Amino acid sequence: MTAAEITNIVMMQGFAGLSLFSVLLLMGLGLAIIFGQMGVINMAHGEFMTIGAYTIFLCSSLTQSYAPGFMPYYFFFAIIAAFILAFAFGWLAEWALIRHLYRRPLDTLLATWGLSLGMQQAFRSTFGAKEVSPTVPDWLLGSWMPHEGLDIPINGMFVMGLTLLVTGGVFLMLYRSRWGLRVRATVANRTMANAIGINTRKTDRMTFAIGCGIAGVAGAAFTTIGSTGPTSGSLYIVDAFLVVTFGGAASLLGTVASAFGIAQTQSVSEFFMTGSMAKVLTLLLIISILMIRPQGLFAAKVRR
Amino acid sequence: MCRPAVSNFTSADPTVLARPLDRKENLMTRRNRPDTPDTEKEVLSPDALARRRIAMGLAAAPFAAAVPGLSFGADFPTAKVNTTGLAITDKEVTVGQLHSATGTMAISETGSIQAERLAIEQINAMGGVLGRQIKVIQEDGQSDWPTFAEKAKKLLVNDKVAAVFGCWTSASRKAVLPVFEKENGMLYYPTFYEGLEQSKNVIYTGQEATQQIIYGLDWVAKEKGAKSFFLIGSDYIWPRTSNKIARKHIENFQKSKVVGEEYYPLGHTNFNSLINKIKVAKPDCVYAIVVGGSNVAFYKQMKAAGITADKQLLLTISVTEDELLGIGGENCNGFYACMKYFQSLDNANNKKFVDAFKAKYGAKAVIGDVTQAAYLGPWLWKATVEKAGSFDIDKVAAASPGIEFKGAPEGYVKIHENHHLWSKARIGQIQTDGQFKMIAESSDLIEPNPFPKGYQ
Repeated sequence: MTAAEITNIVMMQGFAGLSLFSVLLLMGLGLAIIFGQMGVINMAHGEFMTIGAYTIFLCSSLTQSYAPGFMPYYFFFAIIAAFILAFAFGWLAEWALIRHLYRRPLDTLLATWGLSLGMQQAFRSTFGAKEVSPTVPDWLLGSWMPHEGLDIPINGMFVMGLTLLVTGGVFLMLYRSRWGLRVRATVANRTMANAIGINTRKTDRMTFAIGCGIAGVAGAAFTTIGSTGPTSGSLYIVDAFLVVTFGGAASLLGTVASAFGIAQTQSVSEFFMTGSMAKVLTLLLIISILMIRPQGLFAAKVRR
Repeated sequence: MCRPAVSNFTSADPTVLARPLDRKENLMTRRNRPDTPDTEKEVLSPDALARRRIAMGLAAAPFAAAVPGLSFGADFPTAKVNTTGLAITDKEVTVGQLHSATGTMAISETGSIQAERLAIEQINAMGGVLGRQIKVIQEDGQSDWPTFAEKAKKLLVNDKVAAVFGCWTSASRKAVLPVFEKENGMLYYPTFYEGLEQSKNVIYTGQEATQQIIYGLDWVAKEKGAKSFFLIGSDYIWPRTSNKIARKHIENFQKSKVVGEEYYPLGHTNFNSLINKIKVAKPDCVYAIVVGGSNVAFYKQMKAAGITADKQLLLTISVTEDELLGIGGENCNGFYACMKYFQSLDNANNKKFVDAFKAKYGAKAVIGDVTQAAYLGPWLWKATVEKAGSFDIDKVAAASPGIEFKGAPEGYVKIHENHHLWSKARIGQIQTDGQFKMIAESSDLIEPNPFPKGYQ
């Protein structure tokens, strides 16, 4: 191999790591918000991502049959639609199910798992058991080739940009908006927040819905790199939990750091050993670190 | 002109003697009935009369089957064709269908369920098996292997079904195998699989590993000049065993090189590092056995990383028309797959099959390799029962070797001594519309060899 080829591979491998980082962050983000603020372990997170994926599928089919000329641009609107739809379903789920189970974390675990099974079967009954393939706009396909031998995936860059946008948005919301203030007050001390007039129930519902909405956006973005089927969500759920647990619940910064750490470990070790062994190594590392720091990388500094 | 054709037919096809009487004979039964209105005949022209007779024959077909005394049920009394207490009456024979209609595997197994249903419906429409209509009890394995075993036991012990069409993954087959062997049932298994198995109680209607792998590897070596291979698989029994056979064949028989062999956990969604490894290794041919949701991620990311058919030769044995629905033809067009069946096969049997399938399940329905293999199950069982003249499991198992099916959409197939099928292998190239274009096919039927020497 020549030096130029090695440089190319190193650059593409570096991009692979960053791309995995943005995927992990995007799927962990919604979960982290919900888990961090409400202590609810949302096992149906993957299915809210699937809602986003199917929204893209629906939008692409509709655009194709009614406005083919609009194909190159529909994706942006479809992502917004995915957010709104997942947000609405999240709102509904909180109202119908989750709010009755607060302060019973194990029961929410069971209830949301049941919800996830129910949603999977609903997808299967609505869209059929087989996978579907949304038509992604042409500009999202293929690779960007700055020079011969160096291919940077365009869909990877797209996911990265979207992750940046969503993460920035969430930080801004949390630290610069009234809702963020209420959320942070509730996380710090729920009883006290209630006492000073914050409607914590309303805050909870909003938080849960926003978390689900972000899951919808993640699912929508992943149609460019992964599958769209009734059980696609379950492909991501384990990794999403890993990111959140490892980063430390209730800490967004922790989620970012842990996504970065896991992505780099996985991507680099995958390059030097087989895929299954890389997974084993990554999990072993996470477990050992969690044994030393059970609260995760960044624990929230609050008095309970 | 007629005579040699007939004698040829009977000598080549021993099962023809046991075939049910066709519509002409049904028509005769109907005509001999005293209540046939005679008045109509007198006013009809000879042509119209002939047409009328055919129409009457068609109408009579289900009728004759429902009244076995009038057709051939009399030749096959229940006491004679069923000595072991299976669920068979004078009018009906009960069979089981055991697939995952729910859960992860429903993605793949739905096609098999539909194809088996279609075959059974067609068989019933032409009079059933030994004059008996087929009744189906469908059980759901729920993508869970212990559930498969439990439901298999239910079908065999409680329902006493004469045959079961079912299973898809090797894991589910391995789970039900002891049940079928202990309770003495008959399973028709549709999926191409890793081989290394043979049972009196199973007929394997898909290809075993060597039938699918060796032809494909020889084709890329000969036609495309591939000298180095990169093997990729999902991490479980089928891809690992298949790649083991592939590696032996590449290294020992082709004297070529394997430059990489990689496995990823089922459900893995990120292949960027693997793709970089392929770029470093620069193989002549990528040999891919990735399954499930991973499959979609693999091809989408290959395309995004600039590995397309104009730069890289890729051969897969795990992508059928069903998978292409999820992957999207535009993400992998130009790559090759080695199977025994493609929906686009150009022959009369297949045209009829595809039309019937689409008429029943919608114009957008696609048919993959396994779906076609599942369609063979009920037909092979029917031919075997008719040859054996009995529904008894032992007699059906013993009569299976040598059974032929000329109406198979993939073309002529025959059951081997080892209960697998003699069948052809074919290379198809993926098109953007999610179909395959057939590029090559083996000149002869390939002998199934589930325990290949020198490959273990």
